[in-house]
Amino acid sequence: MTRYIVRRVLGAIPVLFGLSIVLFAFIHLLPGDPATAILGQHATAQRIADMRAYLGLNDPLPIQYVGYLGDLLRGDFGSSFINNQPVLAEFLRRFPGTVELTLAAMIFAAGVGIPLGRFAARHAQRWPDGAVTVFSLLGISIPVFVLGLTLQVIFAVYFKVLPASGRLDPRTALDLQTNFVLIDTWLMPGWTFDQKLSAFIDGVRHLILPAIALGSIPLAIITRITRASVIEVANEDYVRTARAKGLRERRIDDRHIMRNAWLPVVTVIGLQVGGLLGGAVITETVFAWNGVGRWVVDAIGNRDYFVVQSTILIFALIFLAVNLIVDIAYAFINPRIRYA
Amino acid sequence: MTAPSVAIARVAPRASRGLWGDAARRLLRNRVAMVGVVFIVLFAGTAIFASWIAPYDPNAGALANSLQAPSSAHFMGTDIQGRDELSRVLYGARISLLVGLGSVIVGVFLGGTIGAIAGAVGGRVDNVLMRVVDVLLAIPGILLAIGIVAWLDRGLPQITIAVAVTNAPIFARLLRGGLLAVREADYVVAARSVGVPSRRLLLRHMLPNSLTPIIVAATLALATAIIDVAGLGFLGLGPADPRTAEWGTMLQDSTKFLRSAQYLIFFPGLAIVISAVGFNLLGDGLRESLDPRLKK
Repeated sequence: MTRYIVRRVLGAIPVLFGLSIVLFAFIHLLPGDPATAILGQHATAQRIADMRAYLGLNDPLPIQYVGYLGDLLRGDFGSSFINNQPVLAEFLRRFPGTVELTLAAMIFAAGVGIPLGRFAARHAQRWPDGAVTVFSLLGISIPVFVLGLTLQVIFAVYFKVLPASGRLDPRTALDLQTNFVLIDTWLMPGWTFDQKLSAFIDGVRHLILPAIALGSIPLAIITRITRASVIEVANEDYVRTARAKGLRERRIDDRHIMRNAWLPVVTVIGLQVGGLLGGAVITETVFAWNGVGRWVVDAIGNRDYFVVQSTILIFALIFLAVNLIVDIAYAFINPRIRYA
Repeated sequence: MTAPSVAIARVAPRASRGLWGDAARRLLRNRVAMVGVVFIVLFAGTAIFASWIAPYDPNAGALANSLQAPSSAHFMGTDIQGRDELSRVLYGARISLLVGLGSVIVGVFLGGTIGAIAGAVGGRVDNVLMRVVDVLLAIPGILLAIGIVAWLDRGLPQITIAVAVTNAPIFARLLRGGLLAVREADYVVAARSVGVPSRRLLLRHMLPNSLTPIIVAATLALATAIIDVAGLGFLGLGPADPRTAEWGTMLQDSTKFLRSAQYLIFFPGLAIVISAVGFNLLGDGLRESLDPRLKK
């Protein structure tokens, strides 16, 4: 097991190297001068030359790359062109917002998708199965922003039951400490329990629509995979044996089918993380959600390239880490993998 | 005395028309896939004939007509600049079809080339190319596309390339996997043993037998490509000319009228969904008809 983990961690290193080269190339090899991009077309030649020197652009490319890599290893992801703030600090300040949204979306997707997939599998080839299939087809075909806007129109504008945007009622004076709104509401000094509770509920209400919008694609995929996996396992001999020896359907379902049907479901949930982080960029834009995604979109508008580059790198790191954890978890659940 | 006549009923062999013929027949019988084809024809027809069916010039509007609700004069209403929304949705199909199709073609070519080299050469080359693919797969697709458009600047060719690069790794992996699977197949070994040159072996024997997953994936990728293109437009990274009728850009413009003109969200959104559903249905149908074992 340890050998497997070590091998997988070592295997991720070349990918990280490759990633740093690709992102380095983004800034240095493509047409256009970063210094001009930062200062704008109308900057004087002197200022551009100063900026080039400041960014180290006059050194040979390999030297620049080593410097860049050294900075990365020290945790220095560069500074924003716009306000000179270190990218990492700002990222960490905004990341909890994205995590809150992504987790909520994942809970929604898995919480609805797995039961729905089991339901469809139990009624395979009959109309409930068909209905679930159509539902999951729509799930992967409706873009996050279309669904987000539609949910806003229905629930915020038309029925007025849920807020359209933001993370909390703007009148609530919440001091952010962990930057997780749902945690910070409980940490407010001087608030009564009722105040904390109502602020918490307000936070949850703000989370519902964006989580549904972001979770719709993983929901569809998890539903499909669960359905297929349950159907496959349900046809196994040992399930027939279990039924033949007179076990109750419920017990067969829980102990014999689901235990074996979990594996692909767990994998696919892990694989959704990358898509969710990407989807969060759009969802945060639709719902004016103060997370990393909106920051990246603003950074693109401002041509703040270090922010874009570093966010991509950090997101990729997270994605690789999650995949690694899923693979290792998978090896724990499924002993057959270790010998592969 | 006559010999008893034995009548042997001849079992008519089911005429097989080869892999593609059989697949086409199965596909035509697949009602769900045919619904997808109808949606695609609707979408592609709209794109091709936009200039004939659009009732108005998509870029001409009078401010006096600004934000009119749907009516007989403007079936889908008008936008803030008084432009006819129906005409803009129809013309928007052009951008989606052009860029969506273009990006998938470029992506298949790019990814296919990488996958073919990796799968055919193997060894160290394979290893290096697949690590490159891993790197690209580690970046969330839309973020990679955003990064590329942010660098190359806005414009249709740039969007095409951005979406193609996000798609390419999938095709590379699929084709490489397919080639590895057939490399030791009997017919390939046979062809190799009679001295078929490796170029010919790859192009005539191995590639055609590894293509089916690519065809399915490319069809499904068209759905995601259309969504990604609109997503880029929605984030403000659409066509360079802001007047261009593009579904994602139109949706972004309509977010300001969430409370007053919801039809501006509804119609472009519906257009994206119809085209994506079409390609998703056809892709699923193709998968089933190209691989009969997958039949439920």
